[in-house]
Amino acid sequence: MSAAAASTALASPAVLAQARPRVVVVGGGAGGATVARYIAKDSKGAIDVTLVEPTRAYYSCFFSNLYIGGFRDFDSIGHSYGALAARYGINVVHDWAVGVDRDGKSVALAGGGTLGYDRLVLSPGIDFKPGSVPGWDLTEQNRMPHAYKAGSQTQLLKSQVEAMPEGGVYCMVAPPNPFRCPPGPYERISMVAHMLKQSNPSAKILIVDPKEKFSKQGLFEDGWQRHYPGMIERVGPDFGGDSVEVRPASMEVVIDGEATGVDVCNVIPAQQAGRIAAAAEITNDSGWAPVVPHGMQSRVDENIHVLGDASLQGDMPKSGFSANSQAKVCAMAVRGALTDSKVFPARFSNTCWSLIGTDDGVKVGASYEATDEKIAKTDGFISQTGESADVRKATYEESLGWYAAISEDMFS
Amino acid sequence: MTARFSASGNRSLSNKAARTFKTFPMAGVMKRAGPSMLASAFLAFAPVGGATGTGAEKGRALFDQCKRCHQVGSGATHRIGPHLNGIFGRGAGSIEDYRYSSAMKAAGREGLVWTEETLDEFLADPRGMIPRTRMGVAGMESGEDRAALLTWLLDFSGDGGGLPTAERTSTPEEYGLDPRILEVAGDPEYGAYLSSQCTTCHSAEGDERGIPSISHWPADDFVIAMHAYKQGKREHPVMQLVARQLSDEEIASLAAHFLAAGHEP
Repeated sequence: MSAAAASTALASPAVLAQARPRVVVVGGGAGGATVARYIAKDSKGAIDVTLVEPTRAYYSCFFSNLYIGGFRDFDSIGHSYGALAARYGINVVHDWAVGVDRDGKSVALAGGGTLGYDRLVLSPGIDFKPGSVPGWDLTEQNRMPHAYKAGSQTQLLKSQVEAMPEGGVYCMVAPPNPFRCPPGPYERISMVAHMLKQSNPSAKILIVDPKEKFSKQGLFEDGWQRHYPGMIERVGPDFGGDSVEVRPASMEVVIDGEATGVDVCNVIPAQQAGRIAAAAEITNDSGWAPVVPHGMQSRVDENIHVLGDASLQGDMPKSGFSANSQAKVCAMAVRGALTDSKVFPARFSNTCWSLIGTDDGVKVGASYEATDEKIAKTDGFISQTGESADVRKATYEESLGWYAAISEDMFS
Repeated sequence: MTARFSASGNRSLSNKAARTFKTFPMAGVMKRAGPSMLASAFLAFAPVGGATGTGAEKGRALFDQCKRCHQVGSGATHRIGPHLNGIFGRGAGSIEDYRYSSAMKAAGREGLVWTEETLDEFLADPRGMIPRTRMGVAGMESGEDRAALLTWLLDFSGDGGGLPTAERTSTPEEYGLDPRILEVAGDPEYGAYLSSQCTTCHSAEGDERGIPSISHWPADDFVIAMHAYKQGKREHPVMQLVARQLSDEEIASLAAHFLAAGHEP
């Protein structure tokens, strides 16, 4: 690469005119926090960055299963936005974005304010598709938690597992594709099993799953055999896993017409982009927002970028790692558009670690390139069954290093 | 710090000081024979005769585990880790021009001094002794091995005289790589962008928790390591995957970035 096209933010007319270009980022997770931080950091103040995020403390979905399993304390998965404001001058607004005026280029906040933008980045994560699990809606999330947005729901689910009667039944209604964190439900099963094995070893775990197969299936099933023999049963679509209804009042799960009483019911419904994406009218029939891979720009509106779970981008799994990777490509594209800084070819990568039992970590990863059509997988790897205990332990320790580093990459 | 050390059968510094300091005719034997030099390096360093020959040979061989990061001997400089000349009797984290982890510097401020005893404890379990040290290796389990290594190290680094020429931490040849990879020029600005892929896992602050720090690595070591991953000659599925995506220029750009930038405030 030559430095021939070098130009600096300070040379930009927009800066000289004193009105700094404005970027509004909606959603302060792995996509939003990262893109806000990178734009502010790398533009060195030439771009005015506002981050809209309703919660004051971010609890990461990644590693929330490890909290359920007792491997992390709750505080260790919580992060503040303080450094983003203090260190990079990001305007952190704790409010809900409720609407986007695309023609007027402004975002409406629930608190009544509006925020004008030159570029808008939406990284709202997921919402649940109404009616996807008959009998369940958000009013039932305390009886039957989803725990698929980390925070109080995660704490609730853990406490329900701890309170299960001896020999009781934990049921998970697993989601259909595509959904946030493909190995997530199955790591959660591993962590619940780990906890029950110690405190309630005669308890049973039932997975009701609409999918034929799932991420890292061979690795999880091998691990469940070794660590939790006889504890876990999975009902796939061939036995009615795709035809499930729940009855929160009586704590029953109805599989293919047959009702079963359970003690804990973790319902993870079908998912779609966080609702601000639909409000901005940039989603399609799938419920997700299609993007141009090279800079994560919406295919509907070139002034809007969409990151992470909410985006419809191609081959990358919906993961915090993916969102963080996409955010860096997006930050570069936004800076290039607003300040004429150099734009390099997009690079994407993802690795997902999962913990099956103590010191028994596995991982799957891939690299990707941007094509005009989609983000396309170019290469990949996955852990193997039969790996030594040392390899599995090193993989787990690696995940701890990753968690520390990505947290720093988002928030510090 | 030293109170936590449980010594068993370790020799004291004063006993050691009474031993004859050996000199090694290194000029001739240091020449590299080619790609298979790793095996022959052991022989090349074996002292010719001498009462403690066997122990020193063993210590020298064990240093192979250290030399990817550390240099010792005449002309040794800081690489991924600090040089080890004169380490005995020195305070932890005390060399001015090496960027230690804050944990190592704190240990030094609390009075940790490197002796055979404290080094023995550290080598047995680096992160057990200094949890946030950047030396993220598993530790050397065998007390006999640690003693042999320290004996050899004490001979070489005890004073400035008679030291062999410091060995390079890594070479293209040891992985069968084309030495011209070290001549490729990199663009630090491109490297800065590419590095954002690395900092998802490798802490930009240089912390060492399960994944090695790569901030401030010498460029040669960085380039050689990445090409070795790319060619499948260093094991690690994630790193091999990452390296396979990178061109020679991109690897050089990353090396230039990590050498210079590390963490940007």
